Amino acid sequence: MATTTLERSFWQALPKPRARTGFWSWVTTVDHKRIGILYFWTALAFFLIGGVEALLIRLQLARPEQDLVAPDLFNQLFTMHATTMIFLAIMPLTAAFFNYFIPLLVGARDVAFPKLNALSYWMFLAGGIFLNSSWVLGGPSDAGWFGYPNYSLSEFNPGLGVDFWIIGLLLAGIGTLVSGFNFIVTILNMRAPGMSLMRMPMFAWATLVTSFLIVFSFPVITVALLLLLFDRVFGTVFFDVFSGADLTLYHHLFWVFGHPEVYIIVLPAMGIVSEVLPVFSRKPLFGYSVMVFSTMLIGFVGFGVWSHHLFTVGMGPVVNTIFSLATMIIAVPTGIKMFNWIGTLFGGRLRFTAAMLYSLGFLALFLIGGLTGVMLSAAPSNTQIHHTYFVVGHFHYVMIGGALFSLMSALHYWGPKMFGRMLDERLGKVAFWTLFVGFNLTFFPMNILGVMGMPRRIYTYSAGMGWDGLNATSTLGALIMAVSILITLYNLVTSLRNGERAPADPWDGRTLEWAIPSPAPEYNFARLPNVSSRDELWVRKHPQLAEGAAVAASAESDGPAEPIAMPGGSYMPLLVSLGLFIAGYGLLYSMPVFVGGIVLSLLGLIGWGFEGDNMRIIQPGGEQ
Amino acid sequence: MSHSSHAASMPAGAAAHGHEHHTSLGIPNHKLATWLFIASESMFFAALITTYMVFRYRSVVGPHPDEVVNIPLTTVSTFILLMSSLTMALGVSAAQRGESKAVGRFLLFTILGGIGFLVIQFYEWWHLAHHYGLTWNTNIFGSIFYILTGFHKAHVIFGMIWLAVLAVSAFRGTLRREHAVHVDVAGLYWHFVDVVWIVIFTVVFLLTEAGV
Amino acid sequence: MCSVKSAMWRGLILGGLLLAFLPSQAAMAAPQYWLDPAGPVAEMQGRLFLLTLWIMIGIFVTVSGVLVYTLVRFRAKGAAAAGSAPGGAAARRESAAAGEQDLPPQIEGSHKLELVWTLIPFLLLIVIAIPTVRYSFALAADPEGDPIKVRVVGHQWWWEFQYPELGIVTGNEMRIPVGRPVELVIESDDVIHKFWVPKLAGKMDAIPGRVNRMWFQADEPGVYYGQCAEMCGTHHANMRLRVVALPPAEFEQWADNWGRGPVVTSEAERQAVERGRQVFETRACFGCHSIEGTAARGVAGPNLTDIGLRTTLAAGILENTPENLARWIDDPQSVKPGALMPRVGLTDSELNDVVAYLRSLR
Repeated sequence: MATTTLERSFWQALPKPRARTGFWSWVTTVDHKRIGILYFWTALAFFLIGGVEALLIRLQLARPEQDLVAPDLFNQLFTMHATTMIFLAIMPLTAAFFNYFIPLLVGARDVAFPKLNALSYWMFLAGGIFLNSSWVLGGPSDAGWFGYPNYSLSEFNPGLGVDFWIIGLLLAGIGTLVSGFNFIVTILNMRAPGMSLMRMPMFAWATLVTSFLIVFSFPVITVALLLLLFDRVFGTVFFDVFSGADLTLYHHLFWVFGHPEVYIIVLPAMGIVSEVLPVFSRKPLFGYSVMVFSTMLIGFVGFGVWSHHLFTVGMGPVVNTIFSLATMIIAVPTGIKMFNWIGTLFGGRLRFTAAMLYSLGFLALFLIGGLTGVMLSAAPSNTQIHHTYFVVGHFHYVMIGGALFSLMSALHYWGPKMFGRMLDERLGKVAFWTLFVGFNLTFFPMNILGVMGMPRRIYTYSAGMGWDGLNATSTLGALIMAVSILITLYNLVTSLRNGERAPADPWDGRTLEWAIPSPAPEYNFARLPNVSSRDELWVRKHPQLAEGAAVAASAESDGPAEPIAMPGGSYMPLLVSLGLFIAGYGLLYSMPVFVGGIVLSLLGLIGWGFEGDNMRIIQPGGEQ
Repeated sequence: MSHSSHAASMPAGAAAHGHEHHTSLGIPNHKLATWLFIASESMFFAALITTYMVFRYRSVVGPHPDEVVNIPLTTVSTFILLMSSLTMALGVSAAQRGESKAVGRFLLFTILGGIGFLVIQFYEWWHLAHHYGLTWNTNIFGSIFYILTGFHKAHVIFGMIWLAVLAVSAFRGTLRREHAVHVDVAGLYWHFVDVVWIVIFTVVFLLTEAGV
Repeated sequence: MCSVKSAMWRGLILGGLLLAFLPSQAAMAAPQYWLDPAGPVAEMQGRLFLLTLWIMIGIFVTVSGVLVYTLVRFRAKGAAAAGSAPGGAAARRESAAAGEQDLPPQIEGSHKLELVWTLIPFLLLIVIAIPTVRYSFALAADPEGDPIKVRVVGHQWWWEFQYPELGIVTGNEMRIPVGRPVELVIESDDVIHKFWVPKLAGKMDAIPGRVNRMWFQADEPGVYYGQCAEMCGTHHANMRLRVVALPPAEFEQWADNWGRGPVVTSEAERQAVERGRQVFETRACFGCHSIEGTAARGVAGPNLTDIGLRTTLAAGILENTPENLARWIDDPQSVKPGALMPRVGLTDSELNDVVAYLRSLR
């Protein structure tokens, strides 16, 4: 562009990816849909790793005083299970759907910054591999997913496990932050004509609020992790008790991030359900604007409740009470959502597809997760249930009953659009019921175990505590859940190979993603839609509805069918991530390698800046 | 980062319409993203400054902050950094007028301001280490002092590299009026780094001097 | 469709059964079941928990009832339902066509209803909030009566209890008088631990560099189980404790006798105890353990002055029998791999003497 001819020839000599199919086309892609699919499969792989870790934990606890898993390994397993599931499975699975569907839902041809989007993915992958490589490089951290010092300091944790954990999270965190910026700008700035904020699908709202939570909370965990890293690697004394440190500072920094993180996971789940329920009820979402504001309220108040994780650190009754009450307030917008979802179903024509079943499962299970959450908010009784299996039960009702069930719903609902094939409905339903039964069998007993005084994070317990039967039940449930996941995997693999080809609009959908072919073409919309309704496609299909005339009129002025310029691939995002990935190992093993990695990364950045965007012109309909 | 990176990260489908592509809010994507970046960075520094406030007088051994802060010297460096924000603002304004050479000159002054600031601040580090024996291993105050000011310095250095790339393009005359937004967002960042320093100056230096 | 309904009921019945399990005999027998409290603090905390539990059960039954009713009442019938069947594209087209005649009213919301279901949760929360505030302050206040002070220090992986007013130090087993509040000062010697005796009170963190306070009281004599509730390393799971609540007279007697030395019943036993004491004071033992009235003054491990009285060994994981004591001293790592107590390498006769000596400390 603004480069001289000489410069231009130099930078254009940089290798530019040409492949349109095959391995290199995926490695260099900047297409949000391909990146979404990469996120999906990678997160699925990490999900399976985290699941195996969970099964080992459950097997060890199936009976009292077992020796299946040694104590230190057990501590590593629950640390890695939590870290993997939160950062490498559930968040990236939501990111897969953000990536594929946000541009489609708001009527855009890509995200605001396609190359940054690729960088997000590669940073996530780098962080995930870095973290898990500790299994073969001396063992991972055993300090829990929170990594509280001083247990996580070198004095008590001399290996490299905690360092792997910190650097892995920092690497993945860069990716998450960058995608936070990217999706806010995409949603605020890249909407199709007429797509006002209050016409956006709820999933877009959920993504917007979630991205703001990421932007404001991830820097805080970054600081906490950096302080810990400096203590471990460079001998600073932030958390050295003998130097006068107050260890609770880390608690606060961690949970200022950690609590919004819960909503980072749950808000997208709520968004998915808000998309699925209307479609399979053949009715609009009940109370759209209240749903939008309660999403914002949850996000906002979610930043003011972190200390409810700390009722036992000795903050005193005033602080405890304030955080108790603030936490209870969150129940109000959450309750409104629950009632509005039921209001959406009420009076509809309900079709119980696999996607719908998973969303209904979300309603039932998230209800329990929310109610147990309110029970946890009362500080005096919290000191009894805190750090027991009651909490483990509670947050799995939120993380699995809430997040995973909604992600499964999204897979069955949006999978046909992503992969171009219908998933098998019968297998989907079987998997749903198996998961529903297995899940409740695994986690409901945990609520009771907490009341019976079983603490979290113990690798063994004595017979005679009254915990045997419930633990055995829980382990049985976990095995049933594993069966369900295997059925889903089988369904996914066979359907993508031999499944029925997906039509553009298999579910009689309401929103824009169903207006284009399955899978979506590279440019998404041959003609950018001119939007005049919340349920644009629905109203276009049903012109007799109240908004019908207006929608039909605006549809006349959909964008022109003209050649579309799309950015081509780039090696640079991969190069930048690779450099930081190598620098991570360098920090732990060898300074020259660290410097080399940083230099590689900088070279990638410079190439990024000067290579141009490798634009291609595509003729919709006929490929170029 | 540079003007031509605009092309690199430009939204899909925009090339056909040139630079002044449509955005829903009417704010260029780069500018919106920069504001979000700054919001995020604010949380980063807020967490560090909170850590400083909590830890500053918890050290078991000295030196403590009130024994070592050098108000006159830091006031000078603060003034220099503030002036660099002024030249930055002039640079942005020149960019909007399309006066490429003037942009280059103002950016150069801004970078020089950054260098002046860094020279004084690194001297202070050296002084603290050699005269008071304060390193980041000495005590908690040392740890958080060096980390907080160190991350700020890193931000200044990053900003200077960013401005240098822009300045080179400006002197070559390739930074035209339609690229003003790139000077604009670099300016936003530079002002942010400046504001952060004013907060650090107040919290670490002035409050200590005032005995708060 | 029927399967949705029946599964919902199945879930409800299962949940109900599990809930019914709570106050059952089996739960009462669970030594850490805190809804069967043994003192005023746990009683108050349990009462608040039950209040929240019943309100939440009420909400759950109401909401899930409405949900199930909605699912049954408004399920699509006939061709419109075919969209859910795995019948392929043809069935879907058919269902869409059928749907055209069967379009439900497109209701977008109702502010009146939404206001109602904003206010109801709000009112219910106030019901929970009031006792939450009251109990928070009540439990933070100093206890009434004549409290006894105990300093609790967490170590990897055992508990130390100091009675500053009585000059007594014990490990892993806290003896308290029934009916008197116990003021606890909670600290840690290494990493963060969490002190918890469920039947007496909720948890409090033991954080190095900080001093936390709480109190509890046992209303009836008994042995109350507790354990560390904060991940603190390899043997976090095995960092257990017991609180033994004694009638006041028995407590006084124990306090008076503490540190009076070995109790022997025969000359042979006296000699074995004397030999055992010499072994203890000359081999590695004394470096880590203290025994009142002897040269053993170590502080890295638990004080053993009244070890003969204790119900458990190795932080609550072994019954205190001579065989277990011998096994534990002989090779701690085989009992608790990773424990910080090393293998001293005593001969069989030394081991027997040390066991005799420690058993006599009661």
